[in-house]
Amino acid sequence: MSSEPGGADADDATDTAVDTPAAAAEGARDAAEHPLVVEGLHKTFGGITAVDGASFSVAEGSLTGLIGPNGAGKSTTFNCITGVHTPTSGRIRFRGDDITGMAPHAIAQRGLVRTFQIARELPEMTVLENMMLAPKGQAGERLSYAVVPGLRDRVVEQEEELLERAWQQLEFFEIDHLAEEYAGTLSGGQRKLLEMARALMTDPEVVLLDEPLAGVNPTLEEKLLDRIHELREMGNTFLFVEHDMDVIMNNCEHVIVMHQGSVLAEGTPEQVTSDERVVEAYLGGDV
Amino acid sequence: MGISETYSRGRNLAVSRPFVLVAVAVVAILTLDIGRRLAAPGGLTSAQLATFLWEGLVVGLSIGLAGVGLSMTYSILNFANFGHGDYVTSGAFAGWAVTWLFAGAGQFDLATLLFIGSVSTRDLGVSMLETPLAILAGLIVAAAATIGLSLLIDRLVYKPMRDDEGISLLIASIGVALALRYTIFIVFGQRTRGLTDAQSVPEFAIPVGGGGTLDVGGHELTLVVIAAALMLGVHLLLQTTKLGKAMRAMADNEDLAQVTGIPTERVVRFTWIIGGGLAGASGFLIALERGAMNFQFGWILLLMIFAAVILGGIGSIYGAMFGGVTIGIAQNLSLVWIPSEFSTVAAFGVMIVVLLFKPDGLFSGVTTA
Amino acid sequence: MSSADADADGSSDATAAPGGATAGDPGDGDNGRYVSGWTPYREWFRDRWAQGGAAAWGTALAHLLVGALLFALVAGFDLGSLPIGGSLIWFLYLSLTVGVLYVATAPPAEPYVAWLDERWMESDVDKLLIVLGHVVLVFFVFAVALGLPFNGLVGALASVFFFTAVYAMMVLALNLHWGYAGIFNIGIAGFMAVGVYVMAILSGSTDPGPASVPGLGLPLPIGILGGVVAAALVGLVAALPALRLRADYFAIVTVALSEIIRITLKSTALQEFTIAGITTGTGGATGITMPGNPVRLLFYQSFDAGAEPALLGSVLFPLLEGLRVTLIPPGSSWLGIVPLPAFTLDLAVEPAVIANLAYVLVLAAFVALFYVLLVRTGNSPFGRVLKAIREDEVVAKSLGKDTNRFKIVAFMFGCGLMGLGGILWQGSQGFTNPGAFRPIITFYIWVALIIGGAGSNTGSVLGGALFAGAIWEGPVYVRRVVTNFVEFGDTPGTFPAAVAPLIEGKVLPLLSFLLANVSALRFILVGVILVTLMQRRPEGLLGHRKEEAAAIPLTRPGGGDGDGIGEPTAAADPVADGGRDDAADGGAR
Repeated sequence: MSSEPGGADADDATDTAVDTPAAAAEGARDAAEHPLVVEGLHKTFGGITAVDGASFSVAEGSLTGLIGPNGAGKSTTFNCITGVHTPTSGRIRFRGDDITGMAPHAIAQRGLVRTFQIARELPEMTVLENMMLAPKGQAGERLSYAVVPGLRDRVVEQEEELLERAWQQLEFFEIDHLAEEYAGTLSGGQRKLLEMARALMTDPEVVLLDEPLAGVNPTLEEKLLDRIHELREMGNTFLFVEHDMDVIMNNCEHVIVMHQGSVLAEGTPEQVTSDERVVEAYLGGDV
Repeated sequence: MGISETYSRGRNLAVSRPFVLVAVAVVAILTLDIGRRLAAPGGLTSAQLATFLWEGLVVGLSIGLAGVGLSMTYSILNFANFGHGDYVTSGAFAGWAVTWLFAGAGQFDLATLLFIGSVSTRDLGVSMLETPLAILAGLIVAAAATIGLSLLIDRLVYKPMRDDEGISLLIASIGVALALRYTIFIVFGQRTRGLTDAQSVPEFAIPVGGGGTLDVGGHELTLVVIAAALMLGVHLLLQTTKLGKAMRAMADNEDLAQVTGIPTERVVRFTWIIGGGLAGASGFLIALERGAMNFQFGWILLLMIFAAVILGGIGSIYGAMFGGVTIGIAQNLSLVWIPSEFSTVAAFGVMIVVLLFKPDGLFSGVTTA
Repeated sequence: MSSADADADGSSDATAAPGGATAGDPGDGDNGRYVSGWTPYREWFRDRWAQGGAAAWGTALAHLLVGALLFALVAGFDLGSLPIGGSLIWFLYLSLTVGVLYVATAPPAEPYVAWLDERWMESDVDKLLIVLGHVVLVFFVFAVALGLPFNGLVGALASVFFFTAVYAMMVLALNLHWGYAGIFNIGIAGFMAVGVYVMAILSGSTDPGPASVPGLGLPLPIGILGGVVAAALVGLVAALPALRLRADYFAIVTVALSEIIRITLKSTALQEFTIAGITTGTGGATGITMPGNPVRLLFYQSFDAGAEPALLGSVLFPLLEGLRVTLIPPGSSWLGIVPLPAFTLDLAVEPAVIANLAYVLVLAAFVALFYVLLVRTGNSPFGRVLKAIREDEVVAKSLGKDTNRFKIVAFMFGCGLMGLGGILWQGSQGFTNPGAFRPIITFYIWVALIIGGAGSNTGSVLGGALFAGAIWEGPVYVRRVVTNFVEFGDTPGTFPAAVAPLIEGKVLPLLSFLLANVSALRFILVGVILVTLMQRRPEGLLGHRKEEAAAIPLTRPGGGDGDGIGEPTAAADPVADGGRDDAADGGAR
């Protein structure tokens, strides 16, 4: 039903997105090396086009930055990837599977987990409850296991393991002293830490960070970035959406620049900053 | 070319609004079936059909009139008011007390009249033909009393909770409903009382094809005429006054309502005045048309009113009216196929289906009023 | 409240209790002849009480004994002529009245209230016990005021605890919907009706006599299971499409559904029908006969009205029916000089009351079952996801939780429990009809939930008890007590007839009219309570309990292997709560 217009839109996309060097190669890339691949993503709301043929991919074990001025379509792209919006056309592949238009929970279950721009802790749950909510495959999430006497033993065992892991994770993020506080009482930065720790409790394959540094004070910002780097070294993959150029340039080895709904440039920070179109469209006279 | 265009437009419609197609298909099948039954000898007569339609219109208009207020409070104050049915009852009792007082003063004991006690309706002889002034006075008092009541309840109950969630207000409105209903119970008693003198109500027989006649009751006609007039009045009020325009904007446009935030007290007051007044008037008229009432007729009607409001789209004033007529006619026409004890089920069924597939109402997206 | 009641009753029955008048309660205007001579004594008593502990209790006990003695002296010689002469109730009542009067000599009854306050803070179980204790106390006072024998008191308590139990069950089930999952269900009556009717049809007698429709005659457990499953399935049918609706739309759908169910059950179309050669039906508006209550078989040999007692009955009935303990045999005297009145404790309880009480015990076991099931549901990963959904569904989804599945499962589970609760409630009555499943029942259950506090299981039971005691049964007994003591004359038939005498300054006709309409007043009370709670205390008595949703206590495992960096700040740790502890114990098993 949507294949025909979709095809046409993809053509459009390549036209408007000038000659994104990666665009052609995208589909061919090995799924193992690039767990997340976005192809010709389009999203319109009513008559307004928010994303206009964006294509890019995220390499395994990388810390990829997605950057662009306000209104560039970052958030919409992000929401399309995580299943909040269904793309008008285009494909999103994760580990080679087409996840376009899947429900958010189904996408998260596959290992593509997001955080929120404005931290969404569960305020009336403790930090530990927040953490223990996240892990996948908990037996006790089935009602029968939760209530039937014999089966509940397994739940209790699992809970003990999870609790152990939750503590480790909290210690790693250095918020274990807040473990028994209600999440609603945490400061903005602590919430961001909690949110990332919680996302990691799901054992994600790719973590999508939506402006993780927004509203975080410089000390915590450094802490958070340190953690991200450590986690990346441990093999985690991150897609880092941010509008602060400096943060991305200093931390990511691969940067995608979006402008007016499509990918304007892609490459290492050096390549991107030396790209004239980026300088023109995004940085203006700043650099 | 023309064909393919039509085809693609049809396909678009089918894809984007499947519910509309299904609804149209169902209505078409039912219409065809009615045609078949009409044609079949010994089946449905055209007089029966006309009666179903007319009764449906009468019931529908009364529900729709009551629904306008519910629809407005729902969209502007953002909660489902479960007390609305009992506003309808309150209005009816206040109005009829006055009508009886007017009609029977000097003839009967005042207290008995005021509390709508045991008086022979025959002797009292209330009807549109005999005592039009008493009925008019009752109608005005019904509206005025309900306005006062809804403003009082707003002050006591809802104003302190203005910032609360819709669900809290909804629960509180259930409390209001119970308190109101059983206050009426205590003051006026439990029994269903006759109100009008059935003998002196004129009835017009309108011949329809096939030798049958459609009997139109004088009070039915009164209800239809006054309901239409009230609707026109509300329409003019909302069209011409500045406050009315603001309200319409807020009621019709949820986004705008959100942007402008919590409505000002002036808008709230105006909402209750219109909503309460119409609820009271509709209660009075429904009782007039039925010729009887008891302390819980409004409550029993409430789900129907909800059905009408949701069908028409919450916040839409004409939508409530259309919704009411649709529900009324659906309920009466359903008698063609199912026994009368299930006609309420049919109306609720229609409402649930609409809620499930078209929760914005049938007339959503159409600017109204 | 209870002390005030006891107080007022004591003084209104002034002839029997001179203490009531002489204590000179200044707050009591009626017969409060203030005797200044008592003031020092009162102060002394309050001093002792303030010291607390054994001193307070010793003083109180001594006063009870003094009260008893006073009673024996003043009224004792005339025991035989008292309406329920010599019964335990009469004796205890006067002792208590005197005791309570002393404790509460100066209103407000600070020591008692302070003691209550302290207990109230202890734990949820204590709160429940306090409420149940007060229900017993108040009904004890009612029974005394009405001159009921012991049997009457037990009967009244069996009735109030029956409603406590059934409301507790329904509220617990509703709490799963609203308190845990945030699903706004106002179609409870419909789910109850499905459970009850399916059970009745499956297990109803195949030959019920001319007045009723036949059932399928299946064993009762199958019928109950069928009813519960059917209620859960109707829940599924409702939830599948409707859970994505806004809360208020969902509410309207559920209440409409419950009315559709009721109208359908009432219809003549399904009154009696035949499928595959088997004739059964809903009985239409007349209703349907329930299968016999198996609890009755504990005591009787069959379900028939005139059945012979079975083994347990044949032992218990004679024993309890004739339970009278003679404390002072007739013709005794003190030291052979002062003649003493005959004194017999009348503890007789009739068979019907025993059977009722036994059923209440069965219900209590089911309440416990509901409670454990729901505490376990809440304190588990399942409950954790529900809690997360209630707080922020988007977050739960973003962490890979299929929130719809959780909501549907929770909704079905709650509906099944509502079906079971309905079966235990209506099924005990031998007969039910669609009128028992009007939407008003749903709102009653909601009121009980809101009183207790959404989100708390203990609060649910507490709300059920308060609703049953204070709102449901209480007003009826208040009317009985008042009409017992006040001579009203003829009750006016209409409101104007009741109000008119006010002009002449006569209040009694209005009062008597209102008392005659106490069931309507009850509805108004329910409405006012709902509004007041939503305005002032939307979280109810025990709501918004921050119970941790986990199958184990969430503390640092291994007794603190942390290296001192993070000392858990136990600032707001509310785990001191019976419910959670129970679950932890249950989980550890």
